[in-house]
Amino acid sequence: MNVLIAIAGLGVLVLVLEIINLRKVIIPLSILGLFGVLGMICCQMGKTEDTFNNMIVKDSFGSAFSILLVSLTILLLGLSHEFYRNHRTKISDFVSIKLFLLSGCIAMVTFGNFAMFFLGIEILSIALYVLAASERLNLRSNEAGMKYFLLGAFASGILLFGITLIYGATGSFDLETITAIVQSGEAEEWLNIGVVMIAIGMLFKIAAAPFHFWAPDVYEGSPALTTALMSTLAKVTAIAAFFKIWSALSYDLPLVTICIIVGVAMLSMTIGNIMALKQANVKRMLAFSGISHAGFMLMAFLNTETAASSLFYYAAAYATAGIAAFAVIIYVARDKGHEDLALFNGLGKTHPLLAVILTCALFSMAGIPVFAGFFAKLMLFNQSFTGGYIALVIVAVVNSIISVGYYFKLIIAMFTNESNEERTGKPFMIYAVAVVALLLNLALGLYPNITGCLGL
Amino acid sequence: MDAIYILGILLVGAMLTYTVGDKWASKVALLFSLVAFGFTVCLGHCLTEERNLIWSWIESPSIHFALKIDGLAVAMLLLTTALIPLIIYSTFGKQVKNAKAFFALILLMAFAMSGTFLAADGILYYIFWELSLIPIYFIALLWGNGDLEERKKAVIKFFIYTFAGSLFMLAAFIYLYSKAGSLLIADLYALDLTGEEQCWIFAAFFLAYAIKIPLIPFHTWQANVYQKAPTVGTMLLSGIMLKMGLYSVIRWQLPIAPDASKEWMPFLLYLGIAGVIYGSIVAIRQKDLKKLLAYSSLAHVGLIAAGVYSLTFDGIQGAVLQMLAHGLVVVGLFFAAEVIHRRFETRKIDEMGGIRQQAPKFTSLFMILVLASVGLPLTFNFVGEFTVLYSLSQIDIIYAVLGGLTIILGAYYMLKMFQNVMLGETNAKPFADITMHEGVLLGIIAGAIFFFGLHAKCITDFITPSIQNILTHIN
Repeated sequence: MNVLIAIAGLGVLVLVLEIINLRKVIIPLSILGLFGVLGMICCQMGKTEDTFNNMIVKDSFGSAFSILLVSLTILLLGLSHEFYRNHRTKISDFVSIKLFLLSGCIAMVTFGNFAMFFLGIEILSIALYVLAASERLNLRSNEAGMKYFLLGAFASGILLFGITLIYGATGSFDLETITAIVQSGEAEEWLNIGVVMIAIGMLFKIAAAPFHFWAPDVYEGSPALTTALMSTLAKVTAIAAFFKIWSALSYDLPLVTICIIVGVAMLSMTIGNIMALKQANVKRMLAFSGISHAGFMLMAFLNTETAASSLFYYAAAYATAGIAAFAVIIYVARDKGHEDLALFNGLGKTHPLLAVILTCALFSMAGIPVFAGFFAKLMLFNQSFTGGYIALVIVAVVNSIISVGYYFKLIIAMFTNESNEERTGKPFMIYAVAVVALLLNLALGLYPNITGCLGL
Repeated sequence: MDAIYILGILLVGAMLTYTVGDKWASKVALLFSLVAFGFTVCLGHCLTEERNLIWSWIESPSIHFALKIDGLAVAMLLLTTALIPLIIYSTFGKQVKNAKAFFALILLMAFAMSGTFLAADGILYYIFWELSLIPIYFIALLWGNGDLEERKKAVIKFFIYTFAGSLFMLAAFIYLYSKAGSLLIADLYALDLTGEEQCWIFAAFFLAYAIKIPLIPFHTWQANVYQKAPTVGTMLLSGIMLKMGLYSVIRWQLPIAPDASKEWMPFLLYLGIAGVIYGSIVAIRQKDLKKLLAYSSLAHVGLIAAGVYSLTFDGIQGAVLQMLAHGLVVVGLFFAAEVIHRRFETRKIDEMGGIRQQAPKFTSLFMILVLASVGLPLTFNFVGEFTVLYSLSQIDIIYAVLGGLTIILGAYYMLKMFQNVMLGETNAKPFADITMHEGVLLGIIAGAIFFFGLHAKCITDFITPSIQNILTHIN
């Protein structure tokens, strides 16, 4: 709970700093503050307790994901300085919205009560609607915000309906109580309808097929930094929260449910990868790649008792690679108004370091060894194999092969084509964030034991 | 001297090469590769019995950093570290653009390939196996020749092909892990799998290796990539990288799925021999020198694969000898093609000719390489080829007869190529005789071919215990 208060307080502080004319210190101070928060979470690790009538539960799952989410936000704030350099007057708004968004994220991974969960998801979503539409004069950004808002609100409604039905069936919002009732088998029949509705709402939030149609348009239209945030921070949060709910509600899964999860996972991977092959816009391509990664992460849902660590590892690998990739994309596409593949031509000659970083990030997403993405896939595949889902693993393997096709399209463009774009400056923060994100990814790859250290 | 130092030297060498800048890169790379070679020779010299180095790396899933050092692994390591200095040396006297990245990638590739030969844990092995793909991908893409668009297509095809194959191998490893609870090679050897399981495992491994080696019908990437890649890339691919596939068959595929390999043996022998005949016939028709060498390589590798899959001691030993010999000769031949290309600026065979009068030294060395490639007695290749054919005749004489075509057809297309390239009317274009660099390189290779041809015993003694060890697991 302290963590939540600290982050929200930091957001308010940022707004106050703007009023007292200390605009310059906003980003450094908020980054510093988040490091403090990170320290706070680490200090409390290992203790299990609940606060405010079980509203917030402190456990290893929550702390591990909190650490990941706060670290991702630090990296994203690092990029803000460069990204908003033409919008200095609004920097406090952007930074504080991101901090509030983070508080929503933390609530979503540490909740112990559905009320808290819904609060978290609304804080997250509303902040995202605002950020998606934050380029006020850009038509596409407005369209993205509007689209995301309409569809997102609809999904939230379905989610809320699901929560209500579960309340009706069990008489409680408290996750522990609900789990106990579900396991005893005394719940009313319509509990299952509630679970399905929650699943639909969450599948929308993580952009898994067939609820993925918003993602490409919204990713493409939103400002690049918001896209980075959606595809890393928001996606990781949603999938972690979904996993938490799923492991609480799914007890003794019937075959039909298993088939549906397997089907959705396969569909997401395949649709995401095949559509990505055809894209010429890099943000759109990464949106589809994100859909396929959501499918991969859904593999963890088949084995909720032991899969938390694999899911965390996959999410961390995907998110760090994503941030490294987006740092480069933000640099290449700044002031261009679009993110076509052609913009990346010749990056290997003009900015070799950035090109290498993007290459490594894409290698990680494709699951090529020594990068964390490989071990993440290895763990998930291993788990599914042990669970007996051999067909799913084979589809996943085939998808990994397909994904090489579009990741390498970008790599080839960077290294072989001649540069036709003027790229000036070597902004320090972009380089710093990209390097740090990539090093984190490599460190995860070389020490996959990290999940054990975090108690997962 | 531990094998881990060799890996360390190559990796540190790659980093240092990149940092010293374009001017010194080639020299630093050569130095490090020579040091690695020296270490490998020491390692081979001190090797008395097989050793295993095992460190725990990841607890869950249990993955170890495990190396297995035995005669077979060291022989392959020796091939790698001996060829890498030669390959680096072959670029001397030629301007390479962005040299620091180029030489760093070569050393990185050497690191990954050495790791593949040494690794004794499934996942570690897989990591090295995949890692070796990245440098060669960039070397072929960025420093290759010919039209860029075509090159892109050829290289991405190569990458996706090999990556696809290895992912099925990964799936097989994951399955084995769920059975054995560990991927250490000793545990995998000890695993008792049912016939059906073995078939699946065997098939998954086979996809990865058949693409890498390459065996018919998985060879379609090969000729194009060999032609489009720079000579250094072609040497790395044909000299060392395809040996990774053959080595892995001996080390991983056969002992883990012995029953399946026995069941599939006749089919695999025919597949290997089909490669011999197909490669030879296509080679006869080639007009491009590099493509001709690529198809001749396909034919030789087919025979080596047949030797490996014969599952007899002689077959495997002959195959290993032939791997080493083929590595030496093919690097020499591709370098000779490069020497001609430097002077004539062409790879078309019918634009060549009449080199003999102008460059007698080069002609003699080239002749030695051609004869070695054909498998003439006294050369290293003869020893390997003869042993493989002998083992095939032990199984069934028909295999030996068909496999023996490699010598006849090989002699036909190689000598015809020699005739068209080297002999004939004096070419209008001038051809300067080889420089010191080129002479040293070809001389070393020719010397090694004769030395081991006369004195193959030192290699056979070296690899015999480890092959016998593997055979006990197969039977």
